[in-house]
Amino acid sequence: MEWEVVIGLEIHAQLATKSKIFSGSSTAFGAEPNTQASLLDLGLPGVLPVFNEQALAMAVKFGCAIDAEIGKVSVFDRKNYFYPDSPKGYQTTQLHHPIVGMGHIDITLEDGSTRRINVTRAHLEEDAGKSLHEDFHGQSGIDLNRAGTPLIEIVSEPEIRSAKEAVAYFKKMHSIVTYLGICDGDLSQGSMRCDCNVSLRPKGQEEFGTRTEIKNVNSFRFVEQAINVEIERQMDILEDGGTITQETRLFDANKMETRSMRSKEVANDYRYFPCPDLLPVVIDDEYIQTIRDSLPELPDQKKQRLMDENGLSEYDAGVLSATREMADYFEAVAKTCGDYKLAANWVMGELSAALNKNEVDIKNSPVSAAQLGAMIARIIDNTISSKGGKDVFAALWEEKGDDVDALIDSLGLKQVSDSGAIEAIVDDVIANSPKQVEQYVSAEPDKRGKMIGYFVGQVMKASKGSANPGMVNKVLKEKLDAKC
Amino acid sequence: MALHNLTLTQISKGLEAGDFTSVEITQHFLDRIEQLDKGDNGLNSFITVTPEQALADAKAADERRAAGDASTWTGVPFAHKDIFCTDGTLTTCGSKMLGNFVPPYDATVVANMKAQGAVCLGKTNMDEFAMGSSNESSFFGPVKNPWNHETIPGGSSGGSAAAVAARLVPAATGTDTGGSIRQPSALCGLTGLKPTYGRCSRWGMIAYASSLDQAGPMARTAEDAAMMLNVMASFDEKDSTSIEQDVPDYTATLNNELAGKVIGLPKEFFPESLDGEMKQAVMNAIAEFEKLGCTVKEISLPSTDLAIPAYYVVAPAECSANLSRMDGVRFGYRCDDPKDVEDLYKRSRGEGFGDEVKRRIMIGTYALSTGFYDAYYVKAQKIRRLIKNDFVKAFEDVDFIMGPVTPTPAFKAGEKSGDPVEMYMEDKFTLSCNLAGLPGMSIPAGLINGLPVGLQIMGDYWREADMLNAAHKFQQVTDFHNAAPQGIE
Repeated sequence: MEWEVVIGLEIHAQLATKSKIFSGSSTAFGAEPNTQASLLDLGLPGVLPVFNEQALAMAVKFGCAIDAEIGKVSVFDRKNYFYPDSPKGYQTTQLHHPIVGMGHIDITLEDGSTRRINVTRAHLEEDAGKSLHEDFHGQSGIDLNRAGTPLIEIVSEPEIRSAKEAVAYFKKMHSIVTYLGICDGDLSQGSMRCDCNVSLRPKGQEEFGTRTEIKNVNSFRFVEQAINVEIERQMDILEDGGTITQETRLFDANKMETRSMRSKEVANDYRYFPCPDLLPVVIDDEYIQTIRDSLPELPDQKKQRLMDENGLSEYDAGVLSATREMADYFEAVAKTCGDYKLAANWVMGELSAALNKNEVDIKNSPVSAAQLGAMIARIIDNTISSKGGKDVFAALWEEKGDDVDALIDSLGLKQVSDSGAIEAIVDDVIANSPKQVEQYVSAEPDKRGKMIGYFVGQVMKASKGSANPGMVNKVLKEKLDAKC
Repeated sequence: MALHNLTLTQISKGLEAGDFTSVEITQHFLDRIEQLDKGDNGLNSFITVTPEQALADAKAADERRAAGDASTWTGVPFAHKDIFCTDGTLTTCGSKMLGNFVPPYDATVVANMKAQGAVCLGKTNMDEFAMGSSNESSFFGPVKNPWNHETIPGGSSGGSAAAVAARLVPAATGTDTGGSIRQPSALCGLTGLKPTYGRCSRWGMIAYASSLDQAGPMARTAEDAAMMLNVMASFDEKDSTSIEQDVPDYTATLNNELAGKVIGLPKEFFPESLDGEMKQAVMNAIAEFEKLGCTVKEISLPSTDLAIPAYYVVAPAECSANLSRMDGVRFGYRCDDPKDVEDLYKRSRGEGFGDEVKRRIMIGTYALSTGFYDAYYVKAQKIRRLIKNDFVKAFEDVDFIMGPVTPTPAFKAGEKSGDPVEMYMEDKFTLSCNLAGLPGMSIPAGLINGLPVGLQIMGDYWREADMLNAAHKFQQVTDFHNAAPQGIE
């Protein structure tokens, strides 16, 4: 039977607020356990939450960015469940009245086509703490530093049809929240996590199949792998006439499998009800408009601009705008050197190759955008050749120096662009190559172009590579053609 | 006059005049607590007494006064209900669950009193997590009513009520979720006020039902209650439900004339079944207000009967979540040798909570569960709006609404503790104030069979000053508030 895959993603993004959603504690990552847990985060008796307005502004910003309805009255609810890293015995979240309603984003697929994926909603909630199971001799430690960190949970419609689309969607969301500056996007630190709801249905069937939810997948690659192995698992069961159990599963990247989180899951009744300690959050049109007006350029807009105003191809513009880090880097290079196309060639060529080869993230690139821009500027002003540029880039990558001009000097890459000096060398070469000149003169005019290569090589050799190749070509052509 | 018979206001003035020092009066009350509260015959109105801290605070208050930096409260002794978190002092909320809980911070109400230099003598007994109307659900034992040791003092602020009635302290803080200030005040012959929801900060006040809980003063006179509310009330950014509204000087308007004020008597508060003597006591008190120039009008609050069912859905629902943090993980009671986390939860909570608390957690859990939420919680919230609307409409025509606080005077210990619904009926006149968020108070209105009963005064939102004014004028022409339990004076 032919199956259709139905996927919906729930993405949790930690908001980059300075303090927690309901307390004044810092949200910084990596502190000693429980040093960033206040009375509130510990859930002591008598404490009360106060909503952090920075989190509200960020959520509204997100809503505007995905063209969503903004909830003018949003309400915090308590979601009741017991877990040691949930200090109050309930999570404060938004069930019936989320801050962000229906919106949408467009994802670009590998074949270059785009698809619109609708976003059901996005709501504000607090993160839980962490249980630490090592080092406590049969007991568990609880670290509440993360408890109360603001999250937005972004829920997609079940409109995603493949693991690849799911990754494209996740990447696009990552790009949007990082462009907006509302999330640092660091997947390795859990700043963004993804729950994948996966089900299959016979192609053409309207009704959804039973879904499973793969919890807490924290990398783009894992999202693709987890969904694919889950699709396979479900397909095997269904093809054998079995049924899928609705359950929560975990992805094990080592074994390349998903497995049930709890064997005997009793459906948890979360008993949601409005949190009586928090007032409904009421915002007006003016508030929303102010935030809408302050939105930065978003990935799609940047891509369009790079095509329309800066002359880049759709492919290049897509790659260079895909992530905030790439886009920031590229734009800095382009602005420094003044040539978007050349900047694109270098960033997508030499730089990307070096980053990939060495498995370095662009934010940790040893060659800064300012350095790369300065180097390209020296190509543009003919100080160095493109080949010289590669030598400068290699030297910068290996951190042999910081200053582009100093490196050009020390590597002796400055090219001779003085026409008098070049003419002298050309004259020498012509004088010392009578045989080749003879061949050139006697050749058919349309063959001469190829033959000039020999002379260029000789001139470059004589100048120890420092002659400006463009000028060398031009002078050689003039002088040789004069003999014909 | 013996020092303990002085009212809060008189003590404040006595300190100001140099008639005695704070250390002297603090020691005097500490001695009384030692004599009257402890042992088998004691009232058991305190869970924790803090003599050393109190005397140190008293000494500091005397020094502050000597330095010319005293306020009306500097050096004045009082007690806190054990529901308010006190930095460094055991705060149990009447429960085994918090039998070892020493908060690392002060409730805002506690901090407000501290800032004035008031001297806290200890923490008063209460129904466990403020759930109860008789103070019999406290893990630390029942409290005796000083008027008759066989009867209950009311609850949940029963310890505060008994302590003030027995002159162990001149005043104490209380909290009121469904009547927990007014009902024990009535049954112990005190003046107690539950302010408008949002008037006193709930920060550091251990939550029972967050949307109903409100702190307020319990004292002997309206004047004292006004002096106390002046300090307890504040806007607090740490409590999102606190309302930014100026705190007036509640003592400044106590003597305003009452002529022309209209008192509404809701017929629902005077049902056929109301005890005849109770009705008489209330009507006698109302007659005094008429003498003071008030007019009386019969009104109707048609949703009154729905208050008990609505309250016993909303309050348990909220408490079922509020008490989830008592899980044996980070503080409070933890069972011995838990075999896993599930066992830790089940036994810590099973062993740490008393029956009434468990009962309300279960009611609330049920009311919020899938399939019942709309029928119970949502319906109860609708009733709440109806009740509120009744009052809003009534206050278009009247200044005060008056009636009984309780159906009867204090009942015998053990009489209702086996029948929760009978116990819940005790709150039928007090619950609607909480559901509507309105201020309500109880003032002494005489004795029935030697036991005090109260008159309830309800006002419109933020009309605490008017209510205190009415109560004070009443107390200027009556003597009920001066009555003392036998052997106390």
